[in-house]
Amino acid sequence: MSVATRRAGPAIPADPARALSERRPLGDRGFQILALACGLLVLAILVLIATSTSQQAALWFSTEGIKVFAKTWNPAANQFGALPFIYGTAITGAIAVIMAVPVSVGIALLLTQVVPYRWARPIVYVVDLLAVVPSVVWGLWGILVFGPWIQHIYASIGSAVQGVPVLDDLFGPPTSGASFFTCGIILAFMITPIVTSLSREVIATVPAIDREGAYALGATRLEMIRGAVWPHSKGGVTGAVLLGLGRAMGETIAAALVIGSSPTITSHLFAPGYNMPAVIANQFGEASGVWRSGLIGLGVMLFAITIIINIIARGIVDRSARRQRGA
Amino acid sequence: MEQADQNTGNFSEPALQQVQTAQQEAQTARQQEYQKAEPAPGTHVFDTDNVSIFYGSFKAVTGVSLSVYENEITAFIGPSGCGKTTVLRTLNRMNDLVEGARVEGDVQYRGASLYASNVSPTAVRRRIGMVFQKPNPFPKSIYDNVAYGPRINGERNKGRLDEIVERSLRQAALWDEVKDRLKHSGLGLSGGQAQRLCIARTLAVEPDVVLMDEPCSALDPIATGAIEDLMKEIKSEYTIVIVTHNMQQATRVSDRTAFYSVLRDEKSDTRTGVLVEYGRTEQIFEDPADDRTKAYVTGRMG
Amino acid sequence: MAAITQDRGPDLREPAGWRRTKDRIATLLMVVAFVVVIIPLGFVLFTVIAKGISIISVSFLTSPIPPLFAPASEGGIGPAVLGTLEITGLATIMAVPLGILGAIYLNEYGGRGLLGRLIGFFSDVMTGVPSIIMGLFLFSIWVVHFGFSGFAGALALGCLMLPIVIRSTYEMLRLVPGSLREGSYAVGATKSRVTMTVVLPAALGGIVSGALLAVARAAGETAPLLFTILGGLSTANPNPFSGANIAIPMLIFNNASSPYTGAQARAWGAALTLIALAFILMIAARLITARFSRYSRY
Repeated sequence: MSVATRRAGPAIPADPARALSERRPLGDRGFQILALACGLLVLAILVLIATSTSQQAALWFSTEGIKVFAKTWNPAANQFGALPFIYGTAITGAIAVIMAVPVSVGIALLLTQVVPYRWARPIVYVVDLLAVVPSVVWGLWGILVFGPWIQHIYASIGSAVQGVPVLDDLFGPPTSGASFFTCGIILAFMITPIVTSLSREVIATVPAIDREGAYALGATRLEMIRGAVWPHSKGGVTGAVLLGLGRAMGETIAAALVIGSSPTITSHLFAPGYNMPAVIANQFGEASGVWRSGLIGLGVMLFAITIIINIIARGIVDRSARRQRGA
Repeated sequence: MEQADQNTGNFSEPALQQVQTAQQEAQTARQQEYQKAEPAPGTHVFDTDNVSIFYGSFKAVTGVSLSVYENEITAFIGPSGCGKTTVLRTLNRMNDLVEGARVEGDVQYRGASLYASNVSPTAVRRRIGMVFQKPNPFPKSIYDNVAYGPRINGERNKGRLDEIVERSLRQAALWDEVKDRLKHSGLGLSGGQAQRLCIARTLAVEPDVVLMDEPCSALDPIATGAIEDLMKEIKSEYTIVIVTHNMQQATRVSDRTAFYSVLRDEKSDTRTGVLVEYGRTEQIFEDPADDRTKAYVTGRMG
Repeated sequence: MAAITQDRGPDLREPAGWRRTKDRIATLLMVVAFVVVIIPLGFVLFTVIAKGISIISVSFLTSPIPPLFAPASEGGIGPAVLGTLEITGLATIMAVPLGILGAIYLNEYGGRGLLGRLIGFFSDVMTGVPSIIMGLFLFSIWVVHFGFSGFAGALALGCLMLPIVIRSTYEMLRLVPGSLREGSYAVGATKSRVTMTVVLPAALGGIVSGALLAVARAAGETAPLLFTILGGLSTANPNPFSGANIAIPMLIFNNASSPYTGAQARAWGAALTLIALAFILMIAARLITARFSRYSRY
């Protein structure tokens, strides 16, 4: 095979030093700057969120002072204490996590330890479908279908435990379809996909050697999970749970529809209640002045709480992932 | 070996000295013959002067001084980890892509320093191309793979691009096999074809030099043979430097050979590459001057 | 535990008694966990489809929004459909290119330095910021000065989408092997050229599919819109840059707590529309991933 005729111009530079010393094209440097700017945008937005919302909330903080943590929120009487909502956020978040974590971790273990590889994908699809349902649709279903149905169950339990010391305080009347507990259940449904998927990622990084080692000693699957998988994935799963908690606390629309819109602090879980994002969503339209500033202030508090939880959770998840990879 | 001979006791000391002197004189005479028979080296394309390469604080290669001449095929051989690929990548500033890589000493390309502060690495790489160990065609069509280089260097004219693509594929001995499927994905080619595609891609920008990093190590013997033939064909128009761990390949294609080895530092347990010997290929393989070279080419090491 | 019995060779049966039972129970619990998840999901989807299908029609999707008390046969959700398409579309146009560039910075330029790690970390943290905060943010910084508009809503949705696009694009860019980049550098390409002409096209399938998932998420969000587009429309506002606007999730929210059956019926129809939209985007994303990974196998 003969070589076709050689190139036309000389490829041998007459002045090599000059030929090699080109300046970096403007477009190349510009592109780098543009990419950097987009990266910095993330940091800028986070900072701006903090400053702009705090500014709007300043009126509330200055008017109420320490009373921002008072336990009464009554716009008509000019009282804007945030405690009922902080309480509600904590309670519904706790309920959601307590319900979602065993289920999510169970599914994650099912997918990674039990199910043959071929079945794993369809199961993952189904779990991801949970995430496709928008928050507002969960709320719609919750208030129109689920709430009225579970109301009966609440009522039965409520009358059954009436008079029983601790149980009455928790599950006794008043009961209502729209309540702390209903909100907690719906939030649990909503955070299951993310806790499951993160837990799966964490559990999948457990080295096969450890798992096989346990099996080789004659362990049953449960024993292998407790002995080999759990110690490795403890940290990462904790991080995943924290992320789920943060998600549950911030979930707005479903909560706004099914929590019952009653700013009271009560131990009765089946009673109507309120939490931070729900009251902001429900009352913002008609609020003004200190009231509106207070709602935005609640937003600032929510932002602070979720950012802290997220930073801690991401730190834990990243660190356990790095440790697995042996970095 | 010499110790054992000495201990046979069949020869006296002075007689042994005489034999050794005679051996050395014969070798010097042979080397002078090699040098007389050797054509005067042509234009210097590369000159490295005591080059050392560092990754962070780790010294990967030390004290490399050699010259590469125009229109010759120069081979770098040696055991694994001796830095031959590192040195090769220094010649077109590909080591810049590794974090913490640093070059000390001077590398000159046709008299111009490659590592001067005002040198643009992209200008360097346009003139000094590289083919890699594992063929890496882009996930584009065969045509777009070859046309990629000229396009990013400004060529837009469809007619000229067609010409360049055909010429490069012919030079790479691939044209006849792919001329009817230029629009097909470059990923659908066999290993040997893919490597020739990468060679065509490199030739398409009309470089001065083609560096090859073990281009045949992922290929079967037939594909290897095709590429070796290709190298010998294009040698008259390009300067080629090839890293290979296959000594027979070095003897088959190269004009000069550089043998690298490893210096082990006991204290820090590190291994640093070093250039042991560099000369015409016949001399390196038939009559190596250094013992380490002799051990390697006769198969006792590496 | 294998015990050698005298007569019939080693005993290789499963561990007997309590250990085996515990193991079986554990496996059963894991399956129950999965079932516990399927039931509400099935229930929701079934309800939405059952209640929504009867009201869905072309006229439903295009007619103006009647008052809450109007019966189900009247009107539709037309303005909300238009609003969702426009606002989500604007948000996508803004967030996706910026997100891709941000991911390019993280993977190709800044990754390992302090700034790069900071940006990467806080980008992930930002995915956990509640969407209502984005709404309050845009209210504080934009609506207060420029009033309600579809564009403000698009900005809020864009802020929501940005970190999602960054993370998914980054994962795709990471998968592109270094040998492709080297091949491009070796013919004299600058870094921006390498990125735009080789890396990005190679990762494009995954990037697009990740972006589609982000769009599906944004299309279903209500909270960011509550504080930015105001709602309350009965006829469509095709101009997203001035004046209040309405979107499907917001309409569902308004109708869900109303006692009128007509409003509720429209809410179910809107919910079905929303889920169908999210579903279509999700399927498209999976199809694109499947098709493009076939084309550019590594």
